[in-house]
Amino acid sequence: MKILGNLTFDALKHDGITGLTVNAMLIGAPIAFILLVAGLTYFKRWPTAIGFVKWLWKNWLTSLDPKKIGVMYLVTAFAMLLRGVADAAMMRAQQATSVGSSHGIVSSDTFQQVFTAHGTIMIFFVAMGLMFGIINLVLPLQIGARDVAFPFMNSASFWLYVAGTVLINLSLVVGQLAATGWLAYPPLSELAYSPGVGVDYWIWSLQIAGIGSMLSGINFLVTILKMRRPGMTLMKMPMFTWSVLNAMVLVAFAFPILTATLAMLALDRTLGMHFFTAGAGGNAMMYVNLIWAWGHPEVYILVLPAFGIFSEVVATYSHKRLFGYTSMVWALGAITFLSFIVWLHHFFTMGAGADVNTFFGIMTAVIAVPTGVKVFNWLFTMYRGRVVFATPMLWFLGFVVTFTIGGMTGVLMSVPAIDFQVHNTLFLVAHFHNMIIGGVVFGYFAGITYWWPKIFGFKLNERLGRYAFWCWFTGFLLAFIPLYILGLMGAARRLDHYDASMGWQWLFIVSGVGVLFISAGIGFQILQLAYSVWKRKENRDTTGDPWNGRTLEWSVPSPAPYYNFAVLSPVTERDPFWEAKQKAGSDRPAKQKYEDFEMPKNSPMGMFIAAFAFIFGFAVIWHIWWLVPLALLAVITTIAIRTLDDHSEYTVTAAEVEELEASHAQ
Amino acid sequence: MKKILTPAFFIIICLGTISLLVRYAATHNVAVLNPQGIIAHKEFSLLVTATLLMLIVVIPVFILTFVIAWKYRAGNTKAKYMPNWDHHHGLEFTWWAIPCALIFALSILNWNSSHDLDPYKPIASNAKPITIQVVSLDWKWLFIYPDQRVATVNYVEFPEGVPVNFQITSDAPMNSFWIPQLGGQIYAMPGMNTSLHLMADTTGVYDGSSVNISGRGYAGMTFKAASVTNADFDQWIKTAQRSGHYLTEPEYAKIAAPSENMPATTYALGEPDLYNEIMMKYMTPGAEMTGMVMP
Repeated sequence: MKILGNLTFDALKHDGITGLTVNAMLIGAPIAFILLVAGLTYFKRWPTAIGFVKWLWKNWLTSLDPKKIGVMYLVTAFAMLLRGVADAAMMRAQQATSVGSSHGIVSSDTFQQVFTAHGTIMIFFVAMGLMFGIINLVLPLQIGARDVAFPFMNSASFWLYVAGTVLINLSLVVGQLAATGWLAYPPLSELAYSPGVGVDYWIWSLQIAGIGSMLSGINFLVTILKMRRPGMTLMKMPMFTWSVLNAMVLVAFAFPILTATLAMLALDRTLGMHFFTAGAGGNAMMYVNLIWAWGHPEVYILVLPAFGIFSEVVATYSHKRLFGYTSMVWALGAITFLSFIVWLHHFFTMGAGADVNTFFGIMTAVIAVPTGVKVFNWLFTMYRGRVVFATPMLWFLGFVVTFTIGGMTGVLMSVPAIDFQVHNTLFLVAHFHNMIIGGVVFGYFAGITYWWPKIFGFKLNERLGRYAFWCWFTGFLLAFIPLYILGLMGAARRLDHYDASMGWQWLFIVSGVGVLFISAGIGFQILQLAYSVWKRKENRDTTGDPWNGRTLEWSVPSPAPYYNFAVLSPVTERDPFWEAKQKAGSDRPAKQKYEDFEMPKNSPMGMFIAAFAFIFGFAVIWHIWWLVPLALLAVITTIAIRTLDDHSEYTVTAAEVEELEASHAQ
Repeated sequence: MKKILTPAFFIIICLGTISLLVRYAATHNVAVLNPQGIIAHKEFSLLVTATLLMLIVVIPVFILTFVIAWKYRAGNTKAKYMPNWDHHHGLEFTWWAIPCALIFALSILNWNSSHDLDPYKPIASNAKPITIQVVSLDWKWLFIYPDQRVATVNYVEFPEGVPVNFQITSDAPMNSFWIPQLGGQIYAMPGMNTSLHLMADTTGVYDGSSVNISGRGYAGMTFKAASVTNADFDQWIKTAQRSGHYLTEPEYAKIAAPSENMPATTYALGEPDLYNEIMMKYMTPGAEMTGMVMP
């Protein structure tokens, strides 16, 4: 038996651009490490370094504070955004140059890995990361709670997400990634056609991160249902909370399907079973159904919280109550319900009968109704308001434009006979980027800018934020409008090469220029971040309420104390903080009565669970069989140890709270 | 005034580029908007109708967004300000009702077109339809003419104005079979048989390709679809039959082996039942054929 399974030094060999990058990393990383060690020793800075690591460990890595976990989600997701955009830039460069006799910058196999990585990373490790990041940061504050329902599980979820992230990026260096597209349809993803470790990396990174997402979904579902401030009935919840509630219902129902589907594909590949193979009774069409039964709700999981963010942003910056609250709630509910009965629209072209196609087509178009209602309600929230065009509002207006275009093309594709002509073409690619960039990403950027002061205690620079927005928006249109035209010209998605006679090259070039604009937008965002940190003293949020907010999170100082709220006084209104301001005229009541309460202690166990899960995944991918049961046992043991620990909380005394609150008040 | 400069700069870039793009598209062959077959014609007019229907909502949304945002900007203190005005039954009824009505209209369109343009539905015509069996392979298309006893690779020919009944399967990963100027696509899947009925209006040569990722050589899975006169078609068939270049099982095994960018080739069909044999490879021993294979 080979001690390292199928893992040999060949796994480190790569061609072309990947080879260059990997070799640079393989040579660069040890050199950087040696330089770091030498530098620390020479300049006698070891105590500083150790102090930094201790600080990181104590304040961040082992923290169970959802606000800290949220920030770590955002950091990871932004790092992955850079990777995803780099992949996109490579795709654009390839398609702009690989025409006729030229074959572009990468081989077809590398190109296919690049677009698989792009899709997988953007959805699972950028969009999901941003979403759970923002939810962690905001949700407990918004419902007036001190914490989430299961603080430790929250940390474990986060670290499982990190384990998935590391695993999928490891595939860049050790081995390769799937070349199958981000949903890895069999039979292409089966052993017969994809014999390498690529698909296994894809399966296990998603499986590990996906289980984290499922646990997070359950966690926030329970948090919303059980941890709300007394008096905050369901119909008094802020709209962001409502949107998260709906999204988490979807997570709880959809992610088990993903887990089961990936498990079956893994059984096919690893143990020679035949769930989805072409022969021996396997049925690939079953996989396509299952993966979209998860995949369609997934896009609503991403976009519903963005809808929630816009509901908060528009109301706050219009200084007006959200229009049509009840309609908004029912619209969310309708979208949530409908999102589970439309999955077949991803494969009208698989040959189901006209009756089946029509049913799913009509259900899909029906989703446009509640979505349209939401747009009108946002517009009428601005109507008779006092609209301040801060950066989050720009993201909102950009969203209305792109999302409406995307919604229109989406409804077009819900008609099966139209879909036959544009399915799997760049028209489709343009459509879903309209929804995911214009809807999800713009929404999360708005949310991050909006809630930034609450987390960090200072505001982000407005001017650089505006530049970032305009670059993103222009880049978005330049990158994707040509793709609509290309799709109608007959350009399939995922082509690494095409004939010069097709006349597509100029459109691909324009689209590439769009990616440059988007990159400039990201550049401005990095600049904005750096500049705002540098000038943080000038932009400090001293009031805790920089935007004249409406909901509970603005009633506490910025940055929010680790216990969120010193006193859990009941709420009576829908926009409790706004109403309180209207009545009292002052932001906070003068004298509070404090009580003792319990908070969770830090714990590194979530990180350990994820580390063992990572080892488990790596061992299965490379068939290192002796390690598989050991890693699994380690996961179970770690969970057991943590579960049996009865001393996971500590008491915060009334005196401590009083002291901290007094210091904030100054 | 300075505030306007950034948005204006970017909006001019966007609008300029978009108008250039439209102009570019107008001078090139936009396959889906330039239909050459009855199915593609109907799908194109459906696309236009549905787009117009959608614009009934989309255009007001665009106008409302910018009018409302501009009128109620914080700087405009003359505008009415009602911070607690948060519902209006009439208005809300309107924007539940109008999209509902539109989607209802679209649903009727959806139902009718889905049945009318069902890829499995034969095209009504006085001409006798021709059957062409299509097999997607790694990475090429095999076309079998069972009645004419001819086969081709990466090239398909049929007479103008005659319904073509494509029977489609795969002896490789899944692909999707698409000739955009003649009509929409359908998947090619191993062990499955799908159907697509198309008919070309006149003579012409159209681009066809695979639209579903199937591995390394996927981008090269393009082919030409030639619609010719009846006389030319008969002539072509005769030449192919007499070519002496037979597609037999060993020859098929050679074609089916993974290879990229195979040039267009014509064969006389040496194995009349080849298509069914290809599909049967994937059937579980003892499983009934019915239900898995459509007639």
